[in-house]
Amino acid sequence: MQINEKNEFTPNIVAFCCNWCSYAGADLAGNNRLNYPADVKIIRVPCSCRVNPMFILRAFQKGADGVIICGCHPGDCHYTTGNYYARRRLTMLFSMLDFLGIDRGRTRVEWVSAAEGAKFAATMNDFVETVTNLGENKRLGDLRCRK
Amino acid sequence: MQTLKKKLTEQVLRTSGVNVRKCMRCGKCSGSCPSYDEMDYHPHQFVYMVERGDVDALMKSNYRCLSCMACVERCPRGVAPAKLIEAIRLMVVRQQGQNHLKADQIPALLDKDLPQQAIVSAFRKYSK
Amino acid sequence: MQKIGVFVCHCGTNVAGTVDVNAVAEALKNEPGVIISTDYPYMCSETGQNIIKNAVRENGLTGAVICSCSPRMHEVTFRKAATAAGLNPYMLEIANIREQCSWIHKDMPTGTAKAIVLGKAAIAKVNLNVPLTSGESPVTKRALVIGGGIAGIQTALDIAEAGFEVDIVEKSPTIGGKMAQMDKTFPTLDCAACILTPKMVEAAQHENIKIYAYSEVTEVKGFVGSFTVKIKRKARYVKENICTGCGDCTKKCPQKKIPDEFNLGMNNRSAIYIPFAQAVPKVATIDPEHCTMLKTSKCGICAKVCTANAIDYTQQDEYIEEKYGAIVAATGYNPITLENFDEFAYSRSPDVVTSLEYERILNAAGPTDGKLVRPSDGVHPKTIVFIQCVGSRDTSGCGKQYCSKVCCMYTAKHAMLTREKYPDTDVYVFYIDVRTAGKNFDEFYRRAVEDYDVHYIKGMVGKVAPMADGKLMVQASDLILNEQLHIYADMVVLATAIEPDKSARSLATMLTASMDTNDFFTEAHAKLRPVESPTAGIFLSGTCQGPKDIPETVSQAGAAAVKVIGLLAKNKLTCNPCVAHSDEQLCNGCSSCEKVCPYGAISYSDKEFRMPGRTTAVRRVASVNAAVCQGCGACTVTCPSGAMDLNGFSNRQIMAEVDAICR
Repeated sequence: MQINEKNEFTPNIVAFCCNWCSYAGADLAGNNRLNYPADVKIIRVPCSCRVNPMFILRAFQKGADGVIICGCHPGDCHYTTGNYYARRRLTMLFSMLDFLGIDRGRTRVEWVSAAEGAKFAATMNDFVETVTNLGENKRLGDLRCRK
Repeated sequence: MQTLKKKLTEQVLRTSGVNVRKCMRCGKCSGSCPSYDEMDYHPHQFVYMVERGDVDALMKSNYRCLSCMACVERCPRGVAPAKLIEAIRLMVVRQQGQNHLKADQIPALLDKDLPQQAIVSAFRKYSK
Repeated sequence: MQKIGVFVCHCGTNVAGTVDVNAVAEALKNEPGVIISTDYPYMCSETGQNIIKNAVRENGLTGAVICSCSPRMHEVTFRKAATAAGLNPYMLEIANIREQCSWIHKDMPTGTAKAIVLGKAAIAKVNLNVPLTSGESPVTKRALVIGGGIAGIQTALDIAEAGFEVDIVEKSPTIGGKMAQMDKTFPTLDCAACILTPKMVEAAQHENIKIYAYSEVTEVKGFVGSFTVKIKRKARYVKENICTGCGDCTKKCPQKKIPDEFNLGMNNRSAIYIPFAQAVPKVATIDPEHCTMLKTSKCGICAKVCTANAIDYTQQDEYIEEKYGAIVAATGYNPITLENFDEFAYSRSPDVVTSLEYERILNAAGPTDGKLVRPSDGVHPKTIVFIQCVGSRDTSGCGKQYCSKVCCMYTAKHAMLTREKYPDTDVYVFYIDVRTAGKNFDEFYRRAVEDYDVHYIKGMVGKVAPMADGKLMVQASDLILNEQLHIYADMVVLATAIEPDKSARSLATMLTASMDTNDFFTEAHAKLRPVESPTAGIFLSGTCQGPKDIPETVSQAGAAAVKVIGLLAKNKLTCNPCVAHSDEQLCNGCSSCEKVCPYGAISYSDKEFRMPGRTTAVRRVASVNAAVCQGCGACTVTCPSGAMDLNGFSNRQIMAEVDAICR
């Protein structure tokens, strides 16, 4: 959990972006000087299919409030089939998180192409707002991981 | 008048479920139509007319379509002109209800010598 | 413990304007593993790179983190600098504090705090990096071209001219493809055979080209640079190296009523046949379905007549195995079949023909010796109607959604050739749009309309009804005049859609090459890489990749050849080192990883392992071919035992990044 100077809660968001489309889309958002909150921190992966559900659970355990996974549009994956696997795995992961009582708003999958800088920024703005309204992630946060 | 035209067009598109923008203006529907020569507006035209919103003209003249569905069968884009005709006919039927006499139209039609009974019976007859 | 150097770039004011770079360098100095942390205005410049190189040498650094612009910009630059300084290039990571930080956040404290977090994540990752070296794999300097039409022939000729050996595998008895069936080609109206046959002969005589006609590819193993291909050479029942192509056997064969495929069934051939006079190789083939000798062991006339003794009824299919460095798919197209288009009466009247059939009729070597006559009664037609877009641009499910590209031009060609030879014949063309995009194409079509008086009518034909008197009643719409026309034609020609050859799909599976829903091979990038398949080592040539005409096919064939030559010119291929690898001790051989790999990079082998009690056991374990693996990571997540991991993006590395961000 983060508290800024105004004593408001700001969420900790981890974004997994695939190298070929969504990471490039994030770069484009930067090139165009678009704004989205600094709470979002991006981890580069070669493909959205590299994202192991364990990483997402680890993020929540360590104190992340929201996790978003971005990849290429279905049909455009640089490795042809990677985003299809990601879609299936994450669908199952999210229904498992439902079972644990984690709000659906804390996780998201978004397909962003390398040309969609504006979409990336808009998605991040929307996601941060949703997670801020949900508040701090208390369910999966592991106290042992707090220093 | 513009909004009425828009409403009518939307109603036609919603009732028929047709996506008029798929039409590529090939004319195969008109080429297959058995009653082409009897019609005022032909299948390839009325798809375009609905897209442009010229629904009024179609409401007055759509009775030569035989609903044989040859155009639906042959259209390479799945546009189905005959379904548009069916929707327009349905709209005409529904619109009939609009030419009935309504209560607030009566004051304008009154003649000061008209007996009260005549007014009441006319209203009863023309509001059905 | 690693010795990591952190280098924070100002990028002029691009980063320094909204991120306090000094504070970032200071904060990161205290991270585990970091021994020096510095900043500089332009890290990518020569001076900046020298700072990095000197720091590596002086401090004996084992890892480096550059906080700068996006790795998509300068990762290669900094990796080269590291290599020059003696540091393994994969011990360097970049934290993107420009595109994903300083350019987004205008508030300095916020931007600085985020830059520090991103730096920490990169440091956490580098602490777990291991040096990676690019592997090498050999290149067999031979190419395989699958398909012997104009695309395959042109590609093979270009590759052979560069000095490399090429094999062409073609499934029909002769090379030549569809172009051999054509009469004249647009827009020049060159005789197709006259421009194709010299190329066919050149391919046959070129010392670097070997043609396997009447053969098919049955299995493909291996990867780019080292493919192993099994080819089935179907039995012709004629010895190919002895037969002289004299044709005596075809004259004496008693079975004469077999529909000739080359003339699309409009006339007949014998059971032993040569497809056409200019066939390459000019060798007879016996059709086993219709040969009396092969079916009932009675006949044998061709063997008696053959002066070269080339007939061999005992011949079997032969399987050969060859090695290649690159494979080119050039499998071509076919017109679609017309069962969904009954309204045009194709099956009910022999006078309704497809354009390819019309091409054969016009051809002087065709079923009517080039005379334009109706197939039904041999009478010369006075009115011909051409119908465009039969089965193309069709989203209703009956036909193909795409435009077949070549039909507008070839119909204009057919119309012009007809009017030129028979000025008394009326020609109508019903079109939706006339698409004439190539060089000199529009002028060509306008000549048909203006100089040759072809009646082009905007509208479509609704139906063709065969009449009792033998005429065909064509009912169509004229959209410009707003009329429905009834034309009594003598012949109707349908411009049928074209689709990829049916063998293409099974071939794509064998090559692990991608295909789209229309069975066209997909290219690696629609704009920038049109002749390569996403699978390394497979290239595309001709209509198997998309509908196109002959000039485009020849261009693409040359482009594919150049890509092949570029590959074969190398002696070794360097592989991307960020590949998956499997921990043999953890692998249980379940095959989950193999199923998700888009490139077929995973294979299995039985290995012996030490077991408790001084015994050994043989277990099936996965191994990843580093030359083929592209590093997507799908297998790493699928692996149920956690045996599979990805170099450069390992599980522990990503977890470390997550930990650093969430702290």
